[in-house]
Amino acid sequence: MIKTDALIIGAGPTGLFTAHQLKLIGLNCEIVDNLDKIGGQCIELYPDKPIYDIPAIPECTGEELTKNLIDQLKPFNIKFYLNERVEEIKNENNKWVLKTSKSKEFNAPNIVIAGGVGSFEPRKFAIEECKKFEDKSIFYSVKDKTIFKDKSVAIFGGGDSALDWAIELSKNSKVTLVHRRNEFRGSQSSVDTVKKLEKDGKLEIFTEYQLSAVKGNSSIENIDIKHDDGKIKTLKTDYILGFFGLIMQLGPILNWGLNLDKKTIPVNTENFETNKKGIFAIGDICTYPGKLKLILSGFHEGALAARGCFKYARPDEKYRFEFTTSSKKVKDRLGVKE
Amino acid sequence: MAKITYIEHNGTSHTVEVKKGLSVMEGAVQNNIPGIDADCGGSMACATCHVYVKEEWFDKVNIKSEGEDDMLDQAYEPNKQSRLSCQISVTDDIDGLIVNLPEKQ
Repeated sequence: MIKTDALIIGAGPTGLFTAHQLKLIGLNCEIVDNLDKIGGQCIELYPDKPIYDIPAIPECTGEELTKNLIDQLKPFNIKFYLNERVEEIKNENNKWVLKTSKSKEFNAPNIVIAGGVGSFEPRKFAIEECKKFEDKSIFYSVKDKTIFKDKSVAIFGGGDSALDWAIELSKNSKVTLVHRRNEFRGSQSSVDTVKKLEKDGKLEIFTEYQLSAVKGNSSIENIDIKHDDGKIKTLKTDYILGFFGLIMQLGPILNWGLNLDKKTIPVNTENFETNKKGIFAIGDICTYPGKLKLILSGFHEGALAARGCFKYARPDEKYRFEFTTSSKKVKDRLGVKE
Repeated sequence: MAKITYIEHNGTSHTVEVKKGLSVMEGAVQNNIPGIDADCGGSMACATCHVYVKEEWFDKVNIKSEGEDDMLDQAYEPNKQSRLSCQISVTDDIDGLIVNLPEKQ
């Protein structure tokens, strides 16, 4: 059981800056994120896209912003738990006990949900039948590529994951690459490689086709793919890989008894607390009259939520407002030498 | 103002007046029309405002943005009629537009 003053859910810009605010006012925190890296949507959705509305930063990419926020946290020793999702929470003696997908337990008086629009999950095939084969013959990521050796594999998608795996698996498997349109969005060099492999007879490509049926009992026997014009082709295949990118799902947060407004959590704007004592929501996931889904709003919300956490983490102390420019105590926390 | 009709997957139809200059996505969100999530808020960083635009309207709405098809690859059941509604601007030309919503986003 890991004890801390505040557990932050979400390592996007809002969560990162909130960690900074918590540490400045003398509270400890830990951060859990379902992704395998720090940065949230900035890293997962638009690492290379420039952002123009961060105060005092005329232009930076999602990746640069994340790097700067991590640098800003350097004076503090903050632990990140990546690839891990908070699944359950329960209240015990006015503290929250949280359990993650890796069965880790946290105990904290405060939870700060900075979960963006939820956790990222792979987009799956729409066909009901696919569920039956999921994790047996249908995969949305590759964990062990050796199972595909000498088998036929149908790979769906047009991005880098689809192309890279088509190239890699074509060495030892019979690969068919299927995409819904003629253009691939993956990198040009991968597109060129895939086209060359097709010319050399190393793999087959079907474009303007989508999966329309999966047949088989315990394992897949064959699949139907349907062309935009309605024509159907049947392919014998052992495995299916689908790479359609990631979608965001609110996930377990739905079951925590929080008030919800569509996919967002209403908060009061004094301290960004939700309807549950000691649970705060900030950034894209919170809502209140006038809410703007801007990174800068997340920073503001995090600063106030951190003060809200103080009350529960240090019930016997009084929070005192201090500036980083003048407070000796704050400078000590930052490790600044006078 | 342009009249826009959003037809949910179950057939429920919603016709609303949407101000010029907004996007078809914003028209849905502001009128609380279910079936359009718009998770990213219109920055074309997700595919949760996906709609189908019928053939007779497809050529009348503004053309696809660069990268829109890349995002549509990640939508639920995309087809030739698919668009991201955040990328369709509301103008007088599309008064009467009908869009169909997918089963889910």
